[in-house]
Amino acid sequence: MVALVQVVLFVAVAPVLVGVIRQVKARLEGRAGAGIWQPWRDLRKLLRKDPVRAQDSSWMLRAGPVALLVSSLVLCVLLPLVGTLPVPLIPSDLFVIVAVMLVGVVALALVGLDAGTAFGGMGSSRHMTVAALVEPTLLLSVYALSVPAGSSTLALIVQTRLFSPAIIISPVSLLALVALSIAVMAETGRLPVDNPSTHLEVTMLHEAMVLEASGRDLAWLELGSWLKLAALLGLLSNLMVPWGVLTDFSLPGVAFGVVTVVVKVLLLGVVLSVGETFLAKVRLFRVPELLAGSFTLAFLAVTASYLVA
Amino acid sequence: MSLGRLARLIIRSGRAAEPAAPAPALLEGAGVFGGSVQVRFINVGGCNDCAMEVASAFGPVYDVERYGVRLVASPRHADVLLITGAVTQNMVQPLLRTLDATPFPRFVIAVGDCAITGGVFSGGYGIAGLVSDFVNIDLEVPGTPPEPDQIVQALRRMTGR
Repeated sequence: MVALVQVVLFVAVAPVLVGVIRQVKARLEGRAGAGIWQPWRDLRKLLRKDPVRAQDSSWMLRAGPVALLVSSLVLCVLLPLVGTLPVPLIPSDLFVIVAVMLVGVVALALVGLDAGTAFGGMGSSRHMTVAALVEPTLLLSVYALSVPAGSSTLALIVQTRLFSPAIIISPVSLLALVALSIAVMAETGRLPVDNPSTHLEVTMLHEAMVLEASGRDLAWLELGSWLKLAALLGLLSNLMVPWGVLTDFSLPGVAFGVVTVVVKVLLLGVVLSVGETFLAKVRLFRVPELLAGSFTLAFLAVTASYLVA
Repeated sequence: MSLGRLARLIIRSGRAAEPAAPAPALLEGAGVFGGSVQVRFINVGGCNDCAMEVASAFGPVYDVERYGVRLVASPRHADVLLITGAVTQNMVQPLLRTLDATPFPRFVIAVGDCAITGGVFSGGYGIAGLVSDFVNIDLEVPGTPPEPDQIVQALRRMTGR
């Protein structure tokens, strides 16, 4: 029930979140901006168009975007966004979530490779490099957060932080949160790892892979990556500020949970866009250094959780 | 640039975008786009004058993005092809391939006199023909080069905003 609410809510909110990010950036650049509903208009338009697929492309170009969308939707089901109630059948375990995310990552990389163009392949190879560096950080940093909870289930981690807020400002948690934030930025293709608004060959990661997709293929790819961004920002915000999360089922509780998670995600989106305005993209060969740094932070967090706590 | 200086610059420069003019009438058939138009720009052999005007139409001052227009990197994402210049021999194939790769419904805008009549390039030995010889043009923006404002107005007829 809560899972259903989460999915519907995030499908509705993810384009708005992207709209807000673009709008804030436009304002900071002295532009007027296209308004926060523009991503919704883009999606609606893309769904009305006939996709043109490259001659040599295979079924992967059709299935890949759907796979990415589905993996993001499953992510919205599993993550503790509105509430921390357990989902029947699948545990919202750390490893399950990273695996589900990887399905989307691999699907996107295959879509990039499918048409056989130079840019697509280049984007896919970079994407997989970043993914290989990010996943260990994601695992380790959430693992560090899971030590006080005694469980690698994300819902339980958020719940523990809600009931004993002193954990949130402990050095372990701060280190892990910084590491996790960098990993999430890299995973969702934001600055300083990837520039979401660029079309320059030397800088493209995500954009290079979707170049050959059109019509509804492109719509699914875009919605899938927006959903992932929204869901991961939701997870981050719930780990930082767990208040407002639903722990026992009740209708007013659900409504309150929905409102708080939307506010938190949008606020984090505003922070993200302001931060991105001040950041330049890191040179591709220095991205591993940045990600290795975040891995070190995560590793320190894990070590500290046994030494300090 | 340091963070503080950048922050001061952002506050000091404020809003660069000029106030919006009243929206022109929607072009017939462009309603399917519903206020979202992705543009692929192709220079098939011009002097880059029109390209500069197109670039400034997408800049912060004219800011055509506020009407839901966006410049994209691939013709597969495009709804509108913005073509400048007279078609040179070497650009015939790229132009045809771009047309092939653009999904329907699509519109073609010819920007500048060279794209419409050939201008000073007409009859040149390197010219394969006019844009209209290869593709049906939906909207013309005359001028050598046209003002960014005119380009903005043409694109607003596509989005209807």
